[in-house]
Amino acid sequence: MNTKKTLSAEARRKTILSVVLAVICVIYVLPAVAVVINSFKLNTFVKTDTFALPTGEMYAGFDNFIKGMTFGNYPFAKSVLYSVVITVLSTALILLCTSMAAWYIARVNSFFCKVIYFLCVFSMVVPFQMVMFTLSKTANTVRLFGFWGPLLNTPWTIPIIYLGFGAGLAIFMFVGFVKSIPLEIEEAAAIDGCGPLRTYFSVVVPMLKPTMVSVGILEIMWVWNDFLLPYLVLDKNLYRTIPIHIQYLKGSYGTVDLGATMALILLSIIPVIVFYLTCQKHIIKGVAAGAVKG
Amino acid sequence: MNKKKITNSNSIRRSTRRWGLFFLGPVVAAFTIGFVWPFVQGIWLSMCSFKTISNAKFIGLDNYAKAFSDVGFRHAFWYTALFAIVSLVLINVLAFAVAYALTQGIKGSNLYRTVFFMPNLIGGIVLGYIWSMIFDGVLSWYNTSILLESKYGFWGLIILMCWQQIGYMMIIYIAGLQNVPGEMLEAARIDGATRWQTLFKVTIPNVMPSITICMFLSLTNGFKLFDQNLALTAGQPFIIQPGGATIKTTEMLALNIFNTFNASGASSQGVAQAKAVVFFVLVAGLGLLQLGYTRKKEVQQ
Repeated sequence: MNTKKTLSAEARRKTILSVVLAVICVIYVLPAVAVVINSFKLNTFVKTDTFALPTGEMYAGFDNFIKGMTFGNYPFAKSVLYSVVITVLSTALILLCTSMAAWYIARVNSFFCKVIYFLCVFSMVVPFQMVMFTLSKTANTVRLFGFWGPLLNTPWTIPIIYLGFGAGLAIFMFVGFVKSIPLEIEEAAAIDGCGPLRTYFSVVVPMLKPTMVSVGILEIMWVWNDFLLPYLVLDKNLYRTIPIHIQYLKGSYGTVDLGATMALILLSIIPVIVFYLTCQKHIIKGVAAGAVKG
Repeated sequence: MNKKKITNSNSIRRSTRRWGLFFLGPVVAAFTIGFVWPFVQGIWLSMCSFKTISNAKFIGLDNYAKAFSDVGFRHAFWYTALFAIVSLVLINVLAFAVAYALTQGIKGSNLYRTVFFMPNLIGGIVLGYIWSMIFDGVLSWYNTSILLESKYGFWGLIILMCWQQIGYMMIIYIAGLQNVPGEMLEAARIDGATRWQTLFKVTIPNVMPSITICMFLSLTNGFKLFDQNLALTAGQPFIIQPGGATIKTTEMLALNIFNTFNASGASSQGVAQAKAVVFFVLVAGLGLLQLGYTRKKEVQQ
């Protein structure tokens, strides 16, 4: 009798919790819904009837999307391209270089390695504002091969800046993981005749894969959404990433086409959501792993 | 046997060491360009008066004096501190509540978790514009706008940050809650503890590490906030003081530094760099505080 009563109380408690969560969930989705409905609405009605469905005279069809494509005298497709190029190149470069460096630091552990590791950990607590001015000036003077080659202020060379400024967290996470791998595996590889290069690429890298996924996710999320670094480093007349493009649309001139802006925002969110839904498990794991650094 | 093994791993270490340039070179080069050099140069320039970097002239601590006497900077500091503390409390209480609810074995927990985390993947600029549309949509019923009153800007930014960060903190709290030993909860139940007693006496002490991490994360996130601040209000509304100085009422520290760099005054870039150094000391101080705190906790355990 008694257990039955507590059971039903438990069930009621769970129902109440479910309802509360469902309500919060709906509130959570509303902003996204607002973006969708306003991207199909005529510009003049976005401000006055933000929460109305785009019906009747308010309905703009796909006009906002078409207008948005060439909005602000800059083709949206170009900023998508630059965002993809910068994100892919930066993430690949960071994963390759920092995992190599982290393995070397963890295994050789000389004085120089310790200094580099300390500086990397230190760089994690330095806010970007501290270096933003000097970093953008550096990117405008340093060339890819020292004094020769392209400057570091193009979408193809900015990954080097990302590697430099973002190395801290990646090195920190990789070193932590490499230290947990037993040395015996690499010793066995060495006894079988592997040099350091082969040991690293055919023995260590496969073991690093889960950490690579975590670090990769964190870097993708950072670089894709980053606004200030590319804003300060790139030549904004030529190269605009998606965040820069959207900031230009809203931030510059007096009259803003809100409908077209919302259409572009919708277009820029869709790939992110697809990415999230397909790699959800890895993303949440990566975020949890990255949070530990604090 | 043991001795042989040591020499073996030593010889591996030696042969690996020769590859230093290959393994370490790219990161060290990029790290120097992307962090070390700009950092050192930044400290130096904060004590200089300059128009371009090549003609910088050492002027001691003048820039710092100017930075601290800047009304806008002081306002931004208090505004940021207030924002960081309010958002810290709200985000953590709500995120913990949601995480606690989601670990009670309710149907559809995974779906809720997916939805709550989603805003984290959207960039600050885009988030700012989405919410500025929503707030203006609501405030237009009262014939006002988020840009017209600083209290709207403040609470608007708080709502935005809650929407974005609750999901993130929730993930960390869920991980912590799942690590609370089941036997402990059962023992508490058998001893007749009420639900609230169990929560405050068993669960919360066990997730203390997660709470510490989340609190520091939301505090430093609040201090470093830039994109959302720029996109939502960009400091508006402005108040012009009797003395002629303009205070941007919703401008936070990072945005204040950014605007000072872009200002056209003769020595503003040196002052901006000095402000950036102060900002760095503040944020790094919080980071070190956390490091010390977590270390101490780890020793105790």
